[in-house]
Amino acid sequence: MGKLRRRRIRFILIQNRAGKTRLAKWYMQFDDDEKQKLIEEVHAVVTVRDAKHTNFVEFRNFKIIYRRYAGLYFCICVDVNDNNLAYLEAIHNFVEVLNEYFHNVCELDLVFNFYKVYTVVDEMFLAGEIRETSQTKVLKQLLMLQSLE
Amino acid sequence: MYLAGEAWSPNQWITRQFLVLRMPAPIRLRELIRTIRTARTQAEEREMIQKECAAIRSSFREEDNTYRCRNVAKLLYMHMLGYPAHFGQLECLKLIASQKFTDKRIGYLGAMLLLDERQDVHLLMTNCIKNDLNHSTQYVQGLALCTLGCMGSSEMCRDLAGEVEKLLKTSNSYLRKKAALCAVHVIRKVPELMEMFLPATKNLLNEKNHGVLHTSVVLLTEMCERSPDMLAHFRKLVPQLVRILKNLIMSGYSPEHDVSGISDPFLQVRILRLLRILGRNDDDSSEAMNDILAQVATNTETSKNVGNAILYETVLTIMDIKSESGLRVLAINILGRFLLNNDKNIRYVALTSLLKTVQTDHNAVQRHRSTIVDCLKDLDVSIKRRAMELSFALVNGNNIRGMMKELLYFLDSCEPEFKADCASGIFLAAEKYAPSKRWHIDTIMRVLTTAGSYVRDDAVPNLIQLITNSVEMHAYTVQRLYKAILGDYSQQPLVQVAAWCIGEYGDLLVSGQCEEEEPIQVTEDEVLDILESVLISNMSTSVTRGYALTAIMKLSTRFTCTVNRIKKVVSIYGSSIDVELQQRAVEYNALFKKYDHMRSALLERMPVMEKVTTNGPTEIVQTNGETDPTPLETKPPPSGPQPTSQANDLLDLLGGNDITPVIPTAPTSKPASAGGELLDLLGDINLTGIPSITAYSKNGLKIEFTFERSNTNPSVTVITIQASNSTELDMTDFVFQAAVPKTFQLQLLSPSSSIVPAFNTGTITQVIKVLNPQKQQLRMRIKLTYNHKGSAMQDLAEVNNFPPQSWQ
Repeated sequence: MGKLRRRRIRFILIQNRAGKTRLAKWYMQFDDDEKQKLIEEVHAVVTVRDAKHTNFVEFRNFKIIYRRYAGLYFCICVDVNDNNLAYLEAIHNFVEVLNEYFHNVCELDLVFNFYKVYTVVDEMFLAGEIRETSQTKVLKQLLMLQSLE
Repeated sequence: MYLAGEAWSPNQWITRQFLVLRMPAPIRLRELIRTIRTARTQAEEREMIQKECAAIRSSFREEDNTYRCRNVAKLLYMHMLGYPAHFGQLECLKLIASQKFTDKRIGYLGAMLLLDERQDVHLLMTNCIKNDLNHSTQYVQGLALCTLGCMGSSEMCRDLAGEVEKLLKTSNSYLRKKAALCAVHVIRKVPELMEMFLPATKNLLNEKNHGVLHTSVVLLTEMCERSPDMLAHFRKLVPQLVRILKNLIMSGYSPEHDVSGISDPFLQVRILRLLRILGRNDDDSSEAMNDILAQVATNTETSKNVGNAILYETVLTIMDIKSESGLRVLAINILGRFLLNNDKNIRYVALTSLLKTVQTDHNAVQRHRSTIVDCLKDLDVSIKRRAMELSFALVNGNNIRGMMKELLYFLDSCEPEFKADCASGIFLAAEKYAPSKRWHIDTIMRVLTTAGSYVRDDAVPNLIQLITNSVEMHAYTVQRLYKAILGDYSQQPLVQVAAWCIGEYGDLLVSGQCEEEEPIQVTEDEVLDILESVLISNMSTSVTRGYALTAIMKLSTRFTCTVNRIKKVVSIYGSSIDVELQQRAVEYNALFKKYDHMRSALLERMPVMEKVTTNGPTEIVQTNGETDPTPLETKPPPSGPQPTSQANDLLDLLGGNDITPVIPTAPTSKPASAGGELLDLLGDINLTGIPSITAYSKNGLKIEFTFERSNTNPSVTVITIQASNSTELDMTDFVFQAAVPKTFQLQLLSPSSSIVPAFNTGTITQVIKVLNPQKQQLRMRIKLTYNHKGSAMQDLAEVNNFPPQSWQ
């Protein structure tokens, strides 16, 4: 059958330029100190790049698809065989939902409402795969969940 | 009053209430965040955090339900900042068990952030999750599914797979989506459970809901990737998938899933990926998808990234299944168009794919060669690298001149990290496709002079071998090399090659015999000047110095006026600190003093060297018609095919390099005289009484082998041969040569003499040391040459009768 090519998301990271983590969602087992190391490595690799670089970086034996929005880096770590362009779209989709949900989202929104950001992530991704891509649907669910609080 | 199952006295109750009233309520999450953000230093922040953690800890001890949620939320925030929070793990479990939604939500989040399967604590969640999976509120069920799908361990998955399967069949699409992906996680953790989900998949693709469709496709993909049986089973879904894809493309605007005018690109991409898996290696399925693939390829909007993402996935699918050639050409043309796109992401992606297909669809990729070569000038390093690899893959006999021009320009201007690989690649390409020897030498020169210090060390011997092969270019080569190092002798590989050539062909240099270009006037002294400068310079490595010294020595037989100068130089280095140089100098001195009659024979011009495949990574390619795509591949040591064809090996070997050379080349071996030396060399040899054999007996010449095994190295066998002559005339100029299969190594020491006296009145003795690390059966081929009765005799024979004790 040929070798199994695993394709999925390993982790999702939102970091600011200074390296502070605003969201870290892991779809793979790591120790706490491994996680910390990974976060630092990603930060180091991504912040040195600028407009003349592509949005894809080889990272250990995975790759990172990232995009910078204002002062925040949205990074998705996927397998080498994954479709880069599709995940770039997924990042943008996710950011647009955040934008709608928080009404012109800024970094502070993500800080003070971090548990809500996780909810958004969990509505759109699960088990390392993209779950729901329709922005309207996701927003509807989020509002319902909010009403339960 | 009862609390925790115990009866409390009124006094205890009042005291407790008092305590609760007295303790201030834990601060809200917002407050905490605001406070922490005001910290100006790391130390200040740490202090605040510690204070708050202490407060939270005591609050936990109070078993206070009201504020548990708030406290855990704060703990999670602090955890995100990087502080330890494991003391909150149990609290998360309590929150999950609570009935309030807000509690559950924070509890599950905490579980996902703080727990993983390595903590035993997580197993306690199983029951809670089970209950929540059956909860009346879909949002609670959703939370449970989400958590299970993110961090469920194998045990949990096993316990709860049934519940997940049930939810997969529910009519609630919100839950079905989550259940599908949760199932994916379960299958990843416990592959044996895959069977269980099979019935539920029957109707998955009939869904109208895109979300469910999407996750179903993901589930199907996971199952097909893991099990060939499932794959075969799901092949029948191909027509349905094709239909769904068609509807997506043809249908009009669907606002919910639209991205820049394209309906649900994510779903399209996933379906394409599933089609790829189903169509691989299967003609029927591949045929069924040909049309739709062509349709997607031609109809998708390419102005935005979205469209290109779909096109990219389409191309990947086309290349992987058994598509018809027209479709493949279409795919490669799409990639070619990608290369012209302004967006460097797309260029990158195109180059990566082209690299994968260049073997199979070589001609189609060739058409885009000029665009690929343009990418060498891109600013992004990863694009440049891929463009370089592709360029090397596309070089052939027709385009070699043009391509080489571009590649040399690239070598000049690229980042240092590329230079070594680029240089190696250029050498390989030049070797395969050089249109003329002169062009080849020029190219090598160009590389050596522009990237001389980045050339790999093992390239030097290869280059030398190449140069010896182009006999008519020797004069030209040495002249160019000489000119190159005149100005600058810091690039070691260049200097090494130059020194070697000057040593060999120095006579051509001074006699001005160059035909290819204007010959330069060089005197012997000038040549020696440059070589001595190399020797003295502290930029020269030890290896380079070795080359230079040997070159000077060789010139002693090629130059006429400067022999004394050479003698002086050589004697100076006899006391060099560098052991290697010292040894060489001492031996060369000895040559001058005691063995002057042998000097010219020893320092003769080198014969043309045969191409050889050595064990280990090598850059010499076996030219048996195979294309060598990337020069960056290191060839695996060819130890595989050897054991099977030992007979053939022996045939090859006598023409090749397994015969220890009698011509003393760079590694100088001490001219050993048999007798005294033998005792030293054999050291603590174990005379175990291994039977000796008669290896050869013909025409009056008999050769006997006696064996000894080394005590110190069990892989070494020492064979002493004795040649005797029973005829009535002496055999003169006797030379014994031996060859062994590639897994052995052979060292032939000098013979006692070259005359085998007649009537068995004396023998020639010679020692052979055999290294047999793999303990394989010893076999040997021998070649004998001698003069007898006025004619030259030669014979080849195989020795197969080695006793087992000699090699086991």
